[in-house]
Amino acid sequence: MTGILSLTTFAPLIGVAAILALRHFGKPGEKTDTAAKWVALATTLATFALSLIVTLRFDASNPGFQFVEDFAWFAGLHYRMGVDGISVLFVLLTAFLLPICIVASWKSVEKRVIEYLIAFLVLETLVIGVFCALDLILFYLFFEGGLVPMFLIIGIWGGKRRIYAAYKFFLYTLLGSVLMLAAILAMIGIAGTSSIPELMTYQFAPWLQTWLWLAFFASFAVKMPMWPVHTWLPDAHVEAPTAGSVILAGILLKMGGYGFMRFSLPMFPNASELFTPLVFAMSAIAVVYTSLIAFRQTDIKKLIAYSSVAHMGFVTMGIFSGNAQGEQGALYQMISHGVISGALFLCVGVVYDRMHTREIAFYGGLTQRMPIYAAIFLLFTMGNVGLPGTSGFVGEILTMTGVYQASTWTAIVAATGVIFSAVYALTLYRRVMFGEITNPELKTITDVDWREIVIFVPLIISTLVLGVYPALIFNVTDTSVNALVSAYRAAIGG
Amino acid sequence: MNLSSALSLALPEVILAISALILVVWGAFQGRSNPIFSGAAVVVLLAAAAVAAMGPHGVAFNGAYVADGVAAFAKVAIYIASALAIPLGDKWLGARGDAKFEFPVLIVLTALGMGVMASAGDLISLYVGVELHSLALYVLAAFRRDDAKGSEAGLKYFVLGALSSGLLLYGASLIYGFAGSTKFTDIAAVVSNGAETGVLFGLVFLICGLAFKVSAAPFHMWTPDVYEGAPTPVVGFFAAAPKLAAMVLLARVLQEAFGGAEAQWRQILVIVALLSIFVGAFAGLAQKNLKRLWAYSSIANIGYAVLGLAAGGEAGMQSMLMFLILYMVDVTGFFACLSALNRGGKPMETIEDMAGLVKERPGLALAITAFSLSALGLPPLSGFWAKFYVFKAAIGTGDVVMQTAAVLGLVGSVVAAFYYLRLIKTMWFDGSVGATDKPEPGARLIAFAMALFAFPVVLIALAWIDPIAKTAAAAFGG
Repeated sequence: MTGILSLTTFAPLIGVAAILALRHFGKPGEKTDTAAKWVALATTLATFALSLIVTLRFDASNPGFQFVEDFAWFAGLHYRMGVDGISVLFVLLTAFLLPICIVASWKSVEKRVIEYLIAFLVLETLVIGVFCALDLILFYLFFEGGLVPMFLIIGIWGGKRRIYAAYKFFLYTLLGSVLMLAAILAMIGIAGTSSIPELMTYQFAPWLQTWLWLAFFASFAVKMPMWPVHTWLPDAHVEAPTAGSVILAGILLKMGGYGFMRFSLPMFPNASELFTPLVFAMSAIAVVYTSLIAFRQTDIKKLIAYSSVAHMGFVTMGIFSGNAQGEQGALYQMISHGVISGALFLCVGVVYDRMHTREIAFYGGLTQRMPIYAAIFLLFTMGNVGLPGTSGFVGEILTMTGVYQASTWTAIVAATGVIFSAVYALTLYRRVMFGEITNPELKTITDVDWREIVIFVPLIISTLVLGVYPALIFNVTDTSVNALVSAYRAAIGG
Repeated sequence: MNLSSALSLALPEVILAISALILVVWGAFQGRSNPIFSGAAVVVLLAAAAVAAMGPHGVAFNGAYVADGVAAFAKVAIYIASALAIPLGDKWLGARGDAKFEFPVLIVLTALGMGVMASAGDLISLYVGVELHSLALYVLAAFRRDDAKGSEAGLKYFVLGALSSGLLLYGASLIYGFAGSTKFTDIAAVVSNGAETGVLFGLVFLICGLAFKVSAAPFHMWTPDVYEGAPTPVVGFFAAAPKLAAMVLLARVLQEAFGGAEAQWRQILVIVALLSIFVGAFAGLAQKNLKRLWAYSSIANIGYAVLGLAAGGEAGMQSMLMFLILYMVDVTGFFACLSALNRGGKPMETIEDMAGLVKERPGLALAITAFSLSALGLPPLSGFWAKFYVFKAAIGTGDVVMQTAAVLGLVGSVVAAFYYLRLIKTMWFDGSVGATDKPEPGARLIAFAMALFAFPVVLIALAWIDPIAKTAAAAFGG
């Protein structure tokens, strides 16, 4: 099965080539656009099928990297791909969300459809590449390359302040990444290899770990995003088109968490231990502070964006708790948040497509005109709050258990965040859904159509199934996470 | 060593010198430019590149001329870049009624000067090479003599260039006075016994003079004005090949003659590098004219090359070579795009002119985007690899100053990112301001070829270029 990872990663580019051919030979107009959409959908579905094959063929009892491909490149670099229990699910998540994004933008994107589809497909390649790369520089190529398509997606198809948001997104992330690049080059210079599996067992001097950890932290903290460098996220989310928000919240944010688990913990264990209080403090502040801010938002999307920052706070806490529950919880939370937050942004997209506003005050009483929509929205709101039975609950409870062992006070502060999240999420639901319809413009709003239902069905199923049967994920991640935790424990001497 | 073997080492330059003379006579009789004439000049340059690539290595003319791996590497790149400049310039000048036979001849002469610079092993050949290429460049800058801005550019370049040549000569005479020889190897022997202040004083002047030629801060003031006024394809040529030649020359002076004083010159270079990076990044933010913008971009980029050189050793030398040839791809490509674009017969030179270009000329817009992102250093484009080598070398020195400089340099690249992004934003996000003229096919072809090299060809080509540069750098200096 070697080669399947490269195939999965680069399959979207085949779709790009096909779309370019369509654009070159077809007449510009609606027909070509529709054809391009079908090509994009077929490509993303094929990629999803490939990623499913990868996941099903994945040997969960093996903690090492699988499906490894390794070719020497130049200057000691390698083209090296492989997945383990931590990364394989992110590949699946990415491939799962992309077809949904394409369908979600079927009607809402009207201008420059072909470029839009190309940007998404290229982004898919880059994101899958991030999770598969086993060479530092290769990882950096994919990690950094993703900035461009996202910059274009926000800047071309975004809302009113799209240009400001696009700049902010790009420059914030770039600053974080160049520091990481410096660290990467230093690691290559000192360890003499750019191979991630080898570096995971290499022991850097403790003082050096501190610097390297900080440089990687600069990049991943911006990507996560952690308080106080989260401010690009609400701007980017509000201005991005719906599908852009789904990708951003569902996948791009997970690169930060993935980075912590792949690099910070195994490669710089001593520094990770040293900085754990800092991360805990920042995460706890993020959970409480952004939850409070979310409560005050007047824009639905911004509210959900802040809630994402809060949820990511749980993830960072869990990762740095350094025990199996925390790690598993963080991983689970990332997957589940990918599905739920993606779904919430799609929910916003549904009403935005109809009314072209996201002001909370504009809405109210939607239950009367849109019963199906109200039910879907309720389910995902509950998932976001972490109601038992939804996937959100599993991640949160595990993370809290893990963090409680590492630092009781952090867990207690974070627990208040769970309450706050119920406050803002339910308030949002009440203001948008319940009551009488007072706004005359809403009198004619229609319920979700079949296309939108098609989008939501897979998301609903995954939220519920993962909520009641989390073993689906834990079976895959268990071995790798345990290996990670025991290596970390051994390195810090605990 | 007898004359014939000495001449065989210098064969590329011999070919160029003789051809230049023949071309002048041919041109004088013909009186005007035509494609065969230009074609002949291109063939001569490519032949010189081939000879340089395959020629023997050694030292000729009593140490005044060095043919080694680094010289060959640089010359191949320089001659090919010069060859590309001829068709670009001919077409561009022809469209403005300024096509003259002198243009290809001047390019060949510049290439000859640059070849001598890349091979100089003596202060005399250093000066001859520098002056030969500079004089030809002054004329090229002012090639459109009826154009006020062009004449201004040429004059400014000449006056300031003469000043820098003065500094260079002053430095050379000091070094000669204190070391007792103009040969790099003799100077090295003197320096290794503990450099006297007088020699170092001379070195400082030499570095200043060469920093002017590569437009490194604080000797960069001429760059934006000259770039703005000179003909667009000439600027593309300016920004690429002469920088490589001057940097190789600087490397040779520093490593072959002053290798023993590395601690002294490294601090100068680090300061020059950081100044260039930050001047280029911050001053570029305020520019509206694309040629001025790329002038500042080239100042910033030369800063990275200097940083690579400052790292010293084999890795530093290799990083400088890799940086400059990868950077050459960007500038050549970018200025080819700019040469290809006109609106209503007027060149499109401001950022606003590019508004909505992606709707009018998607191919060229995509190419400009690629070059901008590459100059920004975004992976996986060629510019990223250029910076990759430099920062790897700088961080790999293990020297805290160099490592700090590398991190600062990376931060500087984030500042510069803003103006590249603004260009991309203007092309992609803004509305179109009207149809452009049909692009000139030759320039467009070169632009696309460069863009394809920037990505994805570079990912394969590097596996081939990397070992060549490594071998050349390993055999260099000492």
